[in-house]
Amino acid sequence: MPKVTVTVTLKPSLLDAQGRTIQEALHSLGYTDVKNVRVGKVIELETQTPADATAMCEKLLANPVMESYRIEVAEVEG
Amino acid sequence: MFTAGVIVFPGSNCDRDAANAWQELGCGSAKLLWHRDTDLQGVDMVIVPGGFSYGDALRAGAIARFAPIMDEVAKFAQDGGLVMGICNGFQIVCEAGLLPGALARNEGLKFACKHVDLRVETVNSPFTRACERGATLSIPIAHGEGRYVCDEATHARLIADDQILFRYASGNPNGSQDNIAGIVGGPNRNVMGMMPHPERATRVGLGSADGACLFRGIVATLTEARV
Repeated sequence: MPKVTVTVTLKPSLLDAQGRTIQEALHSLGYTDVKNVRVGKVIELETQTPADATAMCEKLLANPVMESYRIEVAEVEG
Repeated sequence: MFTAGVIVFPGSNCDRDAANAWQELGCGSAKLLWHRDTDLQGVDMVIVPGGFSYGDALRAGAIARFAPIMDEVAKFAQDGGLVMGICNGFQIVCEAGLLPGALARNEGLKFACKHVDLRVETVNSPFTRACERGATLSIPIAHGEGRYVCDEATHARLIADDQILFRYASGNPNGSQDNIAGIVGGPNRNVMGMMPHPERATRVGLGSADGACLFRGIVATLTEARV
């Protein structure tokens, strides 16, 4: 069954406080060129109709007012 | 006297506080309405209470907005019925599209639980008409996802249409855009949402009685509608 991976992150225009904190930690570890750290969530699901994934995101998986989403589809054997 | 309908989702935890406030303040009686119900049972107004509906799975309010009772709440709101969303209720009515914007995780990432000062920004609403414009109300907050956000066009409209009911007046506890703590919307300014808990500030023994003016405003509005 096809496997859908949805990645949801806060829109770039919104402050991502976790991302900012992680970025500061990376800087303090010496990775000083790191920028634009964003934290999101990953939602995995299996469905015979991966074409529905966009509608799923618009209705439920993401809140388009404050979040962006990215959809990846992979075929899974069996 | 009037009947408030308080929606109960799995994980609501301010439903009884809201019902108690309504009754103690002499507004009338309160009915608890289960999320699977499909009938508002003729209540005069609806409170979508605070809590952690569905354990805040995915996003606060994201699952609750699809509960069967929410279709009825949306119809009630479209017909001009008064709907008051408090805390998780604010998140739910925003998710349902009954109010513009959304509530993101607090900027400081901490759950904020304390009394805050709110400035009453408008008394042009069925909810704040009994408050005093510019007055400071001491009302408790208790939330982890209370950062109000919206796009610039929406923000401009909120200001132009006098839809901001409350702003945080002494420090911004969650990073809300423009210090917004509560807004009003709907077809007839009949839907409101706020992160602070007026139902927990209804008598001095609770630390503040400043929340009572909202309930007085609602009762005054319902009384006029009945005459």
